[in-house]
Amino acid sequence: MIDMNNIKKVYDTGKIQVEALRGVNLQIEEGDFMTVVGPSGSGKSTLMNIIGCLDKPSEGEYKLNQKSVKNFNDNQLSEIRNQDIGFVFQNFNLLPYASAYENVEMPLLFAGMSGKKRRERVEYILDRVGLSERMGHKPNELSGGQKQRVAIARALVNNPKIILADEPTGNLDTKTGENIMQLFIELWKEGNTIVMITHDPRATKYSEKAVKLIDGKIKNQTMD
Amino acid sequence: MNKVFNHISKNLLLIKLFIRELNKERRKILMTIAGIAWGTLTIILLLSFGDGLANQMMKSRKGLGVNIVILYPGQTGREYQGLPQGRGISFREEDCDLLKNRIPYIDRIAGEYDSWGNSFKYKDKMVSEKVRGVSSIGYEDMRTHFPQEGGRFINKMDLQERRRVIFLGTNLKERLMGDVDAVGETILINGFPFKVIGVMQDKMQMGMYGGPDTETAVIPASTFKTIYGNEYLSRIIYQVNEIDRSEYVNSLVRQTLGSKYRFHPEDKSALHFWDTIKNTKVTRKVFTGITIFMGLIGALTLVIASVGVANIMFITVKKRTREIGIKRAIGGKRGLIKFQFIMEALLIDLTGGLIGGSVAYLIVFLIRNLIGKGDGFGEGMAMYMLSQPNFSWTVAITTASILGLVGLLSGFFPARRAAAVDPIEALHYE
Ligand SMILES: Nc1ncnc2c1ncn2[C@@H]1O[C@H](COP(=O)(O)OP(=O)(O)OP(=O)(O)O)[C@@H](O)[C@H]1O
Ligand SMILES: [Mg+2]
Repeated sequence: MIDMNNIKKVYDTGKIQVEALRGVNLQIEEGDFMTVVGPSGSGKSTLMNIIGCLDKPSEGEYKLNQKSVKNFNDNQLSEIRNQDIGFVFQNFNLLPYASAYENVEMPLLFAGMSGKKRRERVEYILDRVGLSERMGHKPNELSGGQKQRVAIARALVNNPKIILADEPTGNLDTKTGENIMQLFIELWKEGNTIVMITHDPRATKYSEKAVKLIDGKIKNQTMD
Repeated sequence: MNKVFNHISKNLLLIKLFIRELNKERRKILMTIAGIAWGTLTIILLLSFGDGLANQMMKSRKGLGVNIVILYPGQTGREYQGLPQGRGISFREEDCDLLKNRIPYIDRIAGEYDSWGNSFKYKDKMVSEKVRGVSSIGYEDMRTHFPQEGGRFINKMDLQERRRVIFLGTNLKERLMGDVDAVGETILINGFPFKVIGVMQDKMQMGMYGGPDTETAVIPASTFKTIYGNEYLSRIIYQVNEIDRSEYVNSLVRQTLGSKYRFHPEDKSALHFWDTIKNTKVTRKVFTGITIFMGLIGALTLVIASVGVANIMFITVKKRTREIGIKRAIGGKRGLIKFQFIMEALLIDLTGGLIGGSVAYLIVFLIRNLIGKGDGFGEGMAMYMLSQPNFSWTVAITTASILGLVGLLSGFFPARRAAAVDPIEALHYE
């Protein structure tokens, strides 16, 4: 489903050029649960943003469903992010003035889904992550774990082909983090494809593929 | 259809969220809305008063007459065909027919005789006033002598049969007869009985000669001659069918009368023209100028207010960089982000516009209905001129277009910046 070939990413900050990725090769198949680990600054988030079509590689070929991402325009990339990819971030990135319900509804609005279907879908997915009781609450009225559940629901709501999670438990205490991790594992078992940046050994244990990034390069790729 | 509905419902939700967020910046937004409201109020009031003033001005110009030239006899200014300089010219009623027949651009023409200091008597009441004899029925339209309901102006039969009928100016009628229904009553002028056939509708009159029409009594010229024995007219009044032609018509009049009374066609002092049409054209130009000037001032106020809107939009774009990034990350397209910010600017603009427009409407309404119209003279004149501001469709459409344009412009640039936000940087933005 995802095929990356010699991906490089260079950030040009004027004076210095930062090579965040230096030739990454990566394949992800449907149903995979892949973890990405590595020290800070090794390029994990950069890789994730490229996979999620938020960013474009400086060099190399990225094919999503056999199609080269290079050729898509901004609107098509927006549609891909909306339809095929679900993002979960470390700092949740929820819209602060919108309720849990409205946050989850947002991707469906962008997709142009009709009102009634939208309602069913949002309610179903919030129920799935265990937040039926908190639909009307704003993010600042929710705990960290609940916020992350809203973010996961938002990532799932359009039935994406792949879920990308950048340290989803990084801002949570151990206990809550475990619960969230458990939720991801359940979702994977239901057939979702998941790529997660994490240091949680539990996830590494369940994942079939573990990628270790060091200095913008993949050091080892283990398979169970 | 469904798609359109979806589009609307989608944006309604986004706008709902936006309003919720705006609430946080309530003070700043309220100031901006107040600015737009003030700008709208200013522009509408300026245009309405300008329009009303022009209307009143035109109306009171019409009080004297519609496209008329008032022609006075003078004295020859030079020798001509052996006749001396300083010879007096006098008009007769036949001159009116002569001019009308010779000059096709004259629509209506009438001669006037005046007699001053006549004693009017009705029952016990005595008043001293002027009597005017007029030689044609076209006078009614030309000099705006319209009768109040139930009455009429002098007609052909009155003229032919030298009837002793009289048409009274409003004020004269009131002074002489009070509230009585005058039509059909008989009054005495210097002892001669006259039947009142009509009372003039009240009117505003800017220019005048020999006093306002509201103080004048009009009788048929034929009747006038039998009583007073005048041979010569005091003046001739004619109406020109196309206002741009008045000067040409005046020159034809000079030629025609010149060949009859034998004065040089270029002799400026033989005839005196009071061309009210020229004045009308100048007034019209002045008011167009005033309206444009006032519109510009109002528009400027609005532009300043709109800079306020743009400013606040730029601030919100910056403040909401992170949210823009989130929306982009979950699939919001650039166009949608742009559209949203433009809508938001328009919303602020519209709210301000509606408030300003309503207040302006209220003020115009109150002034039109509650403030006295003034009696038309002296201080009352100013009141009369300003008492009828006109919130016309033109004013409304002009204001709405300026508002719309201003809203679009003040939304466009911030929106463009919002759409250009880089999602990754935005997600890191604190
Ligand atoms: N927008 C940017 N401009 C310039 N340099 C950047 C930018 N984003 C990332 N970098 C640099 O690229 C390198 C990789 O960054 P990245 O965020 O991918 O690391 P990471 O592995 O996610 O680190 P962490 O574990 O701390 O999140 C770093 O050296 C970082 O400073
Ligand atoms: Mg990172």
